[in-house]
Amino acid sequence: MTGIPKLCYFNGRGKMESIRWLLAAAGVEFQEEFLETREQFEKLLQDGALLFQQVPLVEIDGMKMVQTRAILSYLAAKYNLYGKDLKERALIDMYVEGTTDLMGLILMCPFLSSEEKEKQHTVIIQKATNRYFPVYEKVLKDHRQNFLVGNQFSWADVHLLEAILMVEEKNSSVLSEFPQLQAFKARISNIPTIKKFLEPGSQRKPVPDDKYVETVRRVLQMYF
Amino acid sequence: MSGKPKLYYFDGRGRMETIRWLLAAAGVEFEEQFCETREDLLKLRQDGHLLFQQVPMVEIDGMKMVQTRAILNYIAGKYNLYGKNLKERALIDMYVEATSDLNEIIMHHPLQPPENKAKHLASIIEKATMRYFPVYEKALKDHGQDFLVGNQFSRADVQLLETILMAEECKPDILSKFPVLQVFKARISNIPTIKKFLQPGSQRKSPLDAALIPKVISIFNIGNE
Repeated sequence: MTGIPKLCYFNGRGKMESIRWLLAAAGVEFQEEFLETREQFEKLLQDGALLFQQVPLVEIDGMKMVQTRAILSYLAAKYNLYGKDLKERALIDMYVEGTTDLMGLILMCPFLSSEEKEKQHTVIIQKATNRYFPVYEKVLKDHRQNFLVGNQFSWADVHLLEAILMVEEKNSSVLSEFPQLQAFKARISNIPTIKKFLEPGSQRKPVPDDKYVETVRRVLQMYF
Repeated sequence: MSGKPKLYYFDGRGRMETIRWLLAAAGVEFEEQFCETREDLLKLRQDGHLLFQQVPMVEIDGMKMVQTRAILNYIAGKYNLYGKNLKERALIDMYVEATSDLNEIIMHHPLQPPENKAKHLASIIEKATMRYFPVYEKALKDHGQDFLVGNQFSRADVQLLETILMAEECKPDILSKFPVLQVFKARISNIPTIKKFLQPGSQRKSPLDAALIPKVISIFNIGNE
């Protein structure tokens, strides 16, 4: 056992990507085991490694953790990215739940038909620019601090950057009306651990493609 | 200002119900303001009370909190229902994320088109009895303690009880193969604050009446936003 966290998932973004971002932001090295075949997945099931028969799975500190939010909350707290007190935590949770909802719209895109994809893209841009980005723009504008919560780098900043970049992949000018978010994006991207994660060759995964979709369907035998 | 938490939602379970359970379990009195019409929801939005234009919203400790999980995390943290340390918290989070997943499926059942209903019900029962309940049955059986985590009452126990009762509404004998969960259900139901919440006249809400579905759909504009 090496002692570094081990991630078990497909070789692609999905629900594991936010976990990769958070570990990377915290400067924590991690290993990955990629699911390629149904047999691998069935073995994990038979071995009882997956508490609710699902991935993501992260082996960390002697635990086999499942449930994306449980894993993210644990990492955030462990690496001091969860605020200084209960109220800061509450704010971080609200913000992260917002970006989770936004990224959730994007997560399902690869699995949609081309017609549904186009419709979904419109929804994503509309929600991003009308519901989500204005909130974070206002927060940053109102307190004029570098970070979303408590004048200190937190999980909320990492998650928002991830969301911004994902939406920009759908529409590169989506931040045009959001000057605070543009500055935020530049600033957070320049944090050394994040900068490293954004460089080619890091463990950050690319935009999902057909191969990824095929792999997920084959391994999970879920044809959605 | 009364100082009590105030819940903003429609007069039904939905995503607010788990919050009602947790406050009740913690013995915390709360007020409620119900959205009866779409206009009520739109007014809350216009007045800038809803961070992401959505309910649930809970006014608590000077905050207008939104996002169900954020609210539940805050209440659990504040009222000591979140374990003693980071690892217990991790276990609690794993357990409640799963009960939330199951609740989510059950919550959507009334909204299924008639031709899908039977299949959807079957999938609820399958998930409950094959994926979720065996985990909690085993956890309780293995440690032999009264509560799921850390030998101490926590939100995991509250949320599991809520989910069990909702699953039983789908299939009354759904716990037939889970003797340890049957005992757990009886035990947690007998905790004074929970017992009170389970009595008629409490703020616990009933399952969604089929006749109310059109109203709910119209308040939330479900399917269009």
